[in-house]
Amino acid sequence: MKRFFIALTFFASLILIWHLLVKTGIWSPVLLPGPGAVGEYMGVALQDGSLLSASWVTIKRLLAGYLIGCLIGLPLGLMTARSQTLNDTLGVLALGLQTLPSVCWVPLALIWFGQSESAMLFVVIMGTLWSVLISVDNGVRNLPPIYTRAALTMGSSGFHTLRHVILPASMPYVISGMKQGWAFAWRSLMAAEIYVTLLTGYGLGHLLHFGRELNAMDQVAAVMIVIVVIGLLADKVLFSPWERFLHRRWGLNG
Amino acid sequence: MQDELNTPPAKLHIDGVSKSFTSKRGKVLALESATLTVDEGEFVCLVGPSGCGKSTLLNLVAGFEAPDTGSVMMDGKRVTGPGSERMVMFQEHALFPWLDVLGNVMFGLKLKPGLTDKERVEVAQYYLKLVGLERVMRASIHELSGGMRQRVALARALAPNPRVLLMDEPFAALDAMTREQLYADIQRINEARQRTVLFVTHNVREAVCLGNRVILFSPNPGRIREQFVVDLPRPRDINDPALAGLAGEITRSLKGHTRVQSAE
Repeated sequence: MKRFFIALTFFASLILIWHLLVKTGIWSPVLLPGPGAVGEYMGVALQDGSLLSASWVTIKRLLAGYLIGCLIGLPLGLMTARSQTLNDTLGVLALGLQTLPSVCWVPLALIWFGQSESAMLFVVIMGTLWSVLISVDNGVRNLPPIYTRAALTMGSSGFHTLRHVILPASMPYVISGMKQGWAFAWRSLMAAEIYVTLLTGYGLGHLLHFGRELNAMDQVAAVMIVIVVIGLLADKVLFSPWERFLHRRWGLNG
Repeated sequence: MQDELNTPPAKLHIDGVSKSFTSKRGKVLALESATLTVDEGEFVCLVGPSGCGKSTLLNLVAGFEAPDTGSVMMDGKRVTGPGSERMVMFQEHALFPWLDVLGNVMFGLKLKPGLTDKERVEVAQYYLKLVGLERVMRASIHELSGGMRQRVALARALAPNPRVLLMDEPFAALDAMTREQLYADIQRINEARQRTVLFVTHNVREAVCLGNRVILFSPNPGRIREQFVVDLPRPRDINDPALAGLAGEITRSLKGHTRVQSAE
């Protein structure tokens, strides 16, 4: 409870400072409107449903791309960790593509898929896939060999070892890789949405884009806040349970 | 469950086994024509300085590696790979951190056919009780002390009822007090559930305290030098003067071999 109040005080003071800066004229309301104006826009946008529907469109795109990215990245990471040839080929490719900001895929995605959901999906998958692959690879590679030896001596082998020893043992790496993949997916989707207007649905990135076009900085600031809140919630819902498990079992600080 | 707990220990025949490894400095003969027979239910300790091939021999019996020449037989059948009838206990506990204590002991049991899940839990509980840890069944591994971890590792190795137990310096990383407690435990447990045991150590007193027989190794190349039969009454106390006397004799013999080796 004490921690909650400290956090509450912190954020309330931030908003108060923001308010005072605008109120006293140190910050021009044209450049950044005060919290009141931003709150007002948020209230209206929530009521007419535009903010919620944009959030929903964005989250759907994100989840779909992220899931597919993880589903491809996980087995590929296992394979590159176990095979020298795959590591020398696919592993190097993954390392290279991971450094490429995934918004760079947007021009190609537009040519390949047109202004469609598939283009968005592709960009999000490219944002997720490589970092998940590389962390799984890392996790499996850094396994203490004694785990597999212990498993062997207890009569485990092949797929059983993979499923019951290698995967759970590399979990700390896998979770942090999936978390990083999530952050990359989120960033790439925002960039893609700001960049490309799709007729199949307006996401949060589009609201940002329109806010800029209309010079409506209250809208821009409000959408940014929503993006941060969704990011925080996703962290709590998707990753916190796993990190608590890691902390309990491994004694790691999650 | 009774049958599961009562399969008899096995007899080991190690016959003319050699093993070499290639390192940066060339080929190293880790073990040269070692021959050793271990009877059913016998507790044999392998002692020697590092590089004498005692751990290599254990790994060969475990099936982690194959001998260059010679053969390792268990009850007349050649050992070709690792298997749950020859369970290894390592110097590091090698417990799985993603499982709790009970989960770790259950791991090998789940791989044993012919048991219901209820029976598996009963067997696991029996062995956790034997090592005195039935109250921490649901604890995570990182919450346990070093000595408790090795006890869980022992329960995990014993639970699937291996016919041979291979222990590779299992107490080397523990403090003296914990070790002494474990010597008493091991002897008590072996009384209750007699297994064929190969126990690698560089601690001569530990070997004399636990073993029916102590096999002395010498390095460069690793060879079996001498053996000593220990017929002191059990349970043995590591601080017993008779035990210390025999350990002293073995240590002198060990030093003799090492000196001869370095003069060569």
